[in-house]
Amino acid sequence: MSKSITVRYFALFRENAGIGEEQIDSDALTAGDLFAELQDRHGSSEPLGHCKVAINDEMADWGAALKDGDTVLLFPPVAGG
Amino acid sequence: MQIGAARIDPDALRRELFDHAAGAYVSFEGWIRNRNEGHDVLRLEYEAYDLIAVKEGEKVIAEAREKYALLQAHCVHRTGLLELGECAVWVGVSSAHRDEAFQACRYIIDQVKVRLPVWKKEHYVDGHSGWVNCERCAAHG
Repeated sequence: MSKSITVRYFALFRENAGIGEEQIDSDALTAGDLFAELQDRHGSSEPLGHCKVAINDEMADWGAALKDGDTVLLFPPVAGG
Repeated sequence: MQIGAARIDPDALRRELFDHAAGAYVSFEGWIRNRNEGHDVLRLEYEAYDLIAVKEGEKVIAEAREKYALLQAHCVHRTGLLELGECAVWVGVSSAHRDEAFQACRYIIDQVKVRLPVWKKEHYVDGHSGWVNCERCAAHG
């Protein structure tokens, strides 16, 4: 069943997408599925393994299940320090 | 753990860690340098997702406190536009003995660099710019 998901993009992902946030309807079951779906749409080529995801402001795994109304934060490879 | 645009003042931060039980204090400062991966760097721009960066930073500090016998520990990371020579990240710990202080300081900075949602964009002398780690890992697949 299609879910309404709010997606927030940061740093390189925001620049690639051209927006900081969008609301989408998706059939993606997991955060990883959603990432793949959005990569196709926004033409990003970062390998999943180098990126991180948070769901509703908590760090999550790519295998985490998505539910209707979730806010998914997509983090490109971090580079602090 | 603090994240913010304010300039880092290492002396003031160091004073916060004073403790009469402490025989050792170790700190780390990460500075903006003028060269990276063969490019001449003009300045750096840091972006963070503060809410999770603070939460994750607190977790790292709590882990360091569990692993090593620390008295005080603190970390500050800057955001925004930073010029050459400025301090981008500061870690300070105090403990009874130096071994724990050295190890804990190392642990905190290493974890902070790989776990916090913080990104840096390098602005180069030749006018180009690039997000650190992103282009590189894309290129290397």
